[in-house]
Amino acid sequence: MGTILEIRNLSIALPQGGDRSHAVSGVNLTVARGEIVCLVGESGSGKSVIAHAVMGLSPRELKATSGEILLEGEDILKAEPERLRELRCVRMSMIFQEPMTALNPVMRCGEQIDEVLRMHSRLGADERRARVRRIIEEVHLPDPDRMMASYPHQLSGGQRQRIMIAIALIMEPVLLIADEPTTALDVTTQAQILKLIRELQQNHGTGVLFITHDFGVVAEIADRVAVLRLGTLVEERPKADLLSAPRHPYTQMLIAAVPGIVPRHRGADPAAPVVLEASGLSKIYASGGFLAARREVRAAEDVSFRIRRGQTLGIVGESGSGKSTVARAIARLIDPTAGNVMLGNDDIARLSARELRPLRRRVQIVFQDPYRSLNPRRTVGEAIIEGPLNYGLSRAAALARARELMATVRLDPDALNRYPHQFSGGQRQRICIARALAMEPELLIADEAVSALDVSVQAQVLRLLDEIRDRLNLAMLFITHDLRVAAQVCDHVAVMSKGRVVEYGTAKDVFGAPQHEYTRALFAAAPGRDYAFGL
Amino acid sequence: MSSVPAADLSTEAANVFERPTVWRMLARHWAVRIGGVAMLLLALIALAAPLLGTVDPTLFDPGSRDLLPGGAGEITTLEGESVKHTFLMGSDSFGRDIYSRVIYGTRVSLVVGIACALLSVFVGVLAGLSAGYLRWLDMPLMRVMDGIMAIPGILIAIALVALWKASLVTVVIAIAIPEIPRVTRLVRSLVLSIREEPYVEAAVSLGTSTFKIMFGHILPNTVAPLIVQGTYICASAILTEAILSFLGVGLPTDMPTWGNIMAEGRVQFQQFPHNVFFPGIFLAVTVLAVNILGDGLRDTLDPKMAKRA
Repeated sequence: MGTILEIRNLSIALPQGGDRSHAVSGVNLTVARGEIVCLVGESGSGKSVIAHAVMGLSPRELKATSGEILLEGEDILKAEPERLRELRCVRMSMIFQEPMTALNPVMRCGEQIDEVLRMHSRLGADERRARVRRIIEEVHLPDPDRMMASYPHQLSGGQRQRIMIAIALIMEPVLLIADEPTTALDVTTQAQILKLIRELQQNHGTGVLFITHDFGVVAEIADRVAVLRLGTLVEERPKADLLSAPRHPYTQMLIAAVPGIVPRHRGADPAAPVVLEASGLSKIYASGGFLAARREVRAAEDVSFRIRRGQTLGIVGESGSGKSTVARAIARLIDPTAGNVMLGNDDIARLSARELRPLRRRVQIVFQDPYRSLNPRRTVGEAIIEGPLNYGLSRAAALARARELMATVRLDPDALNRYPHQFSGGQRQRICIARALAMEPELLIADEAVSALDVSVQAQVLRLLDEIRDRLNLAMLFITHDLRVAAQVCDHVAVMSKGRVVEYGTAKDVFGAPQHEYTRALFAAAPGRDYAFGL
Repeated sequence: MSSVPAADLSTEAANVFERPTVWRMLARHWAVRIGGVAMLLLALIALAAPLLGTVDPTLFDPGSRDLLPGGAGEITTLEGESVKHTFLMGSDSFGRDIYSRVIYGTRVSLVVGIACALLSVFVGVLAGLSAGYLRWLDMPLMRVMDGIMAIPGILIAIALVALWKASLVTVVIAIAIPEIPRVTRLVRSLVLSIREEPYVEAAVSLGTSTFKIMFGHILPNTVAPLIVQGTYICASAILTEAILSFLGVGLPTDMPTWGNIMAEGRVQFQQFPHNVFFPGIFLAVTVLAVNILGDGLRDTLDPKMAKRA
């Protein structure tokens, strides 16, 4: 097997004012024909910088200071822009994380594939059309003629990614760079795309440099794994060796931080008082009606569950399943269309904004995106005391409570007068938790609260949530798309699909013996389930 | 999960990511520097107008009519005395000192520009916040704004000034009103995106009142684009005021404004171009300075534009 890509001693400088001098330093990496090499790292590790450098797509500020990138012996770093254009798509191709933004929204998919052929081959129109048809069949898209005539917005996320793969592979390049190609996709779609990449790569003998942060994906697809930490390669070995016996402490920490898929058994008291009970909860978005045709979107329909004190209910589902709609309806950020939400003895589903205000304190929510959950123009302290001040606590008392809470979430209490941009994502998420706890809620809703975090930070925040729930005897509603995370924190699990709860039971039952076929499909698609992570 | 080292859960001091402060970023930008310095100079000129060798800009002397720049002559003070005076920029057909009128005209232009910007931004913010956050107000408010936008701004201004007695206040109001819909639209569109931010939803679930959310959470996040918009309004208001005065429908003709001076000099432009030339230069430089300042502010304050800079 010949080497296709050889990266030798590559260093890339960061512009002045960055958090370190080099984005990447002294990286050596090879990809051979027919091999999938996974480049794993947390955010900021420099993995995308390497991918872009290989494609010759580095922004001008990121200059390679030493080393070479050899594609079949030719140094990419020294290639002229003209030569790079010839190499791209023909010898090397790239697929990206966001298939929607990577495709041109005003061009038909067929034309976008055809464009590559027009640029890089001298084939006639008929021949090109046949090639496009063939590649669309090869990426397993149904009805090639309809696909070619479709615009990107008419396709699903998985179908768009298949079009991207078709564009990348139509010239049969020797090297494919996949930069987090499945991160934006649902887990079942991800499983299909991973399978497709594997299949095409084997059929064509393509070498793949696969960038990911997800060890589950690594376990599914890699032949060899390289772990990148702050721009340096810490470990590079065949997949099985690395996953089962990581040598470098950083790799060990990363793998240990991946949540296991076997639910942790916690003694949940079945007689604990019920904090919140939802019954028949529905949210239907209706549009049109008067002159236009009436359209209904049933975001959530007939959802019922109860959460007891000191316990966690997980709502698991893919995007569009309605899980966030349920969370927001319970936090009353949106108005439910039908059903009851009993918070203690109060039905909060139908209260007006005025009647609701005194009850808001009792349900608090932590959102997904730590970068948008805090007002950038307010100090962290102002954010935490805002709620208590609204409920009449004095400023001094609220600040004292804020200092305690900062300690609870393991942050320096003296950092209260800092602004959100001075904190990392994980720290911000802990601040959001402190803000929610300042209200002394009975129910804490975590809406994908750890999904945007790196795996090591995610493990910290999950443990913090666990600890807080036990100490304060909170009820928790945990919304997630990640089965592994759900397995770690939930006592009960509700699986949602297309707005309905398809399965609801204890974590042990749902994970141990899933009844509904959708749940089973979800488990089958969970990446890396054959590896015992987090044990 | 239990194997994660316990140490990383200990209290951490926030590692501080220091960013250069906004003021320092502003001070470094060439456009902000040039525009800012020019504006500062103009403001100083306006403030120190009596100290810059000027005379009362309304004074005239029939004996000193139509002097060329630098010409020496006499001017009659309010007490009726005749004093010697050098007409640096010449004099007009009434024998008024153009230099003094141009310098004092700076006051009018800056006051009109800044007052119009403040007034239209103030009203526009109230309207835009209400339309963007209180959905039931959106329809009626924005249709009114569409209505105002459908009429050319200068026509509204002329009509309004004609309706009222021409004075500084009425001219400012007349110029500001056509600008309000633009500010309202800008603020409304900003509010529509900011209101969906999780931190606003978090404030809702913290029981924060609608008023506090609008003015405490949303408004501060619209400030940067508003400052930028404000400078552009300032520049266009200065121009509009000059146009109104030039057309003779603005401030009273004896008031020293650049538009009035140019209107006065228009008839004699062939023989005495300086009557139009000097106020014209001041007008052009001022509007250019405000616009350069606005561009610089946009580059530094608006993150979307900053990346391209």
